[in-house]
Amino acid sequence: MAERTLSVASAHGLHARPAAHFVKAVTDSGCTVELQKGERAVNAASILGVVSLGIEHGDEVTLRVSGDNAEAVLEQLSTFLEKDHDA
Amino acid sequence: MSTLEQGSVVIRGVGIGRATTVGPVLRMPEPVADPADQPSTLGVEAEQARAAEALVATAAQLRERGEAAGGTAAEVLDALAMMAEDPALAADVHHRTADGATAEYAIFAAMGAFREMLQSLGGYLGERAGDLDDVARRAIAHLRGLPAPGVPVSDRPFVLVARDLAPADTATLDLDLVLALVTTDGGPTSHTAILAREKGITAVVGAADAARLADGDVVLVDAENGTVELDPAQERIDLALQRTQTLEAIRAQSSGPGRLADGHPVPLLANIGSAESAREAAARGAEGVGLFRTEVLFLAAESAPSVEQQQQHYAEAFAHFAGQKVVVRALDAGADKPLAFLTDQHEENPALGRRGLRALAAHDEVLRDQLTALARAAAESEAHVQVMAPMVSTAEEARWFRDLAHELGLPVAGVMVEVPSCAIMADHVVRAADFVSIGTNDLTQYVFAADRLLGTVAQFQDPWHPAVLRLIEQVGRAGAQHDVPVGICGEAAADPRLAVVLVGLGATSLSMSPSAIADVRAELAQHSLDDARRLAALAVSAESAEAARTAVAEALIP
Repeated sequence: MAERTLSVASAHGLHARPAAHFVKAVTDSGCTVELQKGERAVNAASILGVVSLGIEHGDEVTLRVSGDNAEAVLEQLSTFLEKDHDA
Repeated sequence: MSTLEQGSVVIRGVGIGRATTVGPVLRMPEPVADPADQPSTLGVEAEQARAAEALVATAAQLRERGEAAGGTAAEVLDALAMMAEDPALAADVHHRTADGATAEYAIFAAMGAFREMLQSLGGYLGERAGDLDDVARRAIAHLRGLPAPGVPVSDRPFVLVARDLAPADTATLDLDLVLALVTTDGGPTSHTAILAREKGITAVVGAADAARLADGDVVLVDAENGTVELDPAQERIDLALQRTQTLEAIRAQSSGPGRLADGHPVPLLANIGSAESAREAAARGAEGVGLFRTEVLFLAAESAPSVEQQQQHYAEAFAHFAGQKVVVRALDAGADKPLAFLTDQHEENPALGRRGLRALAAHDEVLRDQLTALARAAAESEAHVQVMAPMVSTAEEARWFRDLAHELGLPVAGVMVEVPSCAIMADHVVRAADFVSIGTNDLTQYVFAADRLLGTVAQFQDPWHPAVLRLIEQVGRAGAQHDVPVGICGEAAADPRLAVVLVGLGATSLSMSPSAIADVRAELAQHSLDDARRLAALAVSAESAEAARTAVAEALIP
């Protein structure tokens, strides 16, 4: 399993549109991905789960990826979260 | 509901925009009724199969509509389709059907659970909770064999009357045929209001009594006054359309500096948050910047950025306003904008905690660095840079900040008036500051002791309330007596009529989102300073925000 903690860069956090793109990237990867903020962890393939974390700009989150290519997928998803999609 | 004149019924709501339109009503079909929680008669497996099929069909239907609409609509609808296909939702529906629920009720209840979770998060996400209802109702309509809920189809222009529009509706709405939008639910931040503002569609939202309008009724939708008039008399129609034309003409012609009808200047400034937004503000004709928020630069940072980094960032923004005023607000951390290196964690009431200038005073090295960077960037720029402190409560704090800013090379230093104590003591505060700027959003929050981020007390967050206006009046009077400029930099300044009232109360400049400048400029140009003072007197003597709005609106009826 590959794991990383990072802070979310989008000015409006991980709301509807960036959240949908993120979930799509997770489902396309074929990996099992968990996203954690604070004490709550959700299945990152669930847009409702991701949105319910209420992730705001600058929030620290942890990604856990397991499956084939976990390292590469983690890298790709981290890059996505560290980019400002509202810019 | 009230009767304005014989034979015409006037329904009130909140207007979005300023235009007026007349046309026939077309109603959105009534939403799908809630399913009852009754045990399934089909058996667990049958219900699970029905639920799964309905969700798949709903996702497909949403994507189909999206593809037909194209563009951003496709993206919005695709996100909704993803909700229908969501694995967490599917798991919840599975559990509920396993416990004996019908497919309809399982989907309804599972979506309801997610919706509550979103609503408990409040703010933007709370407003998005309606998206889930929209998906659930489509699935339920599918299960019941009912037509999918959505926008009515017409080949003639119409006024759309709905409970509130869901994203799926607005995404596929043929805007060319929609004369105006009227909703019975939903407020100024609802999806309908956002769409109307973006697309410049005339809209009145939250007009509960519009529920009684029927297909084919002719209505006059007046966004400026927030009214929907049933069967309007021809004179009313002519008058309203003429006013819209006049406004459009004035708006088209209005350019250059903000001024009243009598020539009294009211500089129109922009609220910006970054060097990029400075560009947009300059393009929209801002006469400078009344509020440059500096938090963006700090938000992602573990520690404060260096003096050099800050200097470069400020210089970029100043470059757009050569020869003009740029008012920079010192770092406003705390409450909704916590910063690890500046604000205390775990305050019970962060909005009442060590935020704004209080946090800066406790970490004065951060403030000294910022002021130093600003002074250096200002020295190399042609902009007239001024600096102001956020969250100031006393004259003593104002003096401390002004003296420090002067010492570090910034000759003009003022304070924001956001805390009621500062407004009440305005006659002393203005003598300890080179200027003051009223932050109406926080001032309203603190006057009413109502959290501005909390939806359940949102009704108090109204800057039209005379409780707020009276404090502004005190500050305006103190500023005039001591010849200290009084700016306004809250969203209140972006409301064209309220802007006139604020000038009447003594505001000497108005700072707002750049997109509001043209409308405010056009409105100011129609009133003299005496008019503005008269309207302000009406507003401050009213009993409530609503009464203040109405008093001003009625005084303006020609």
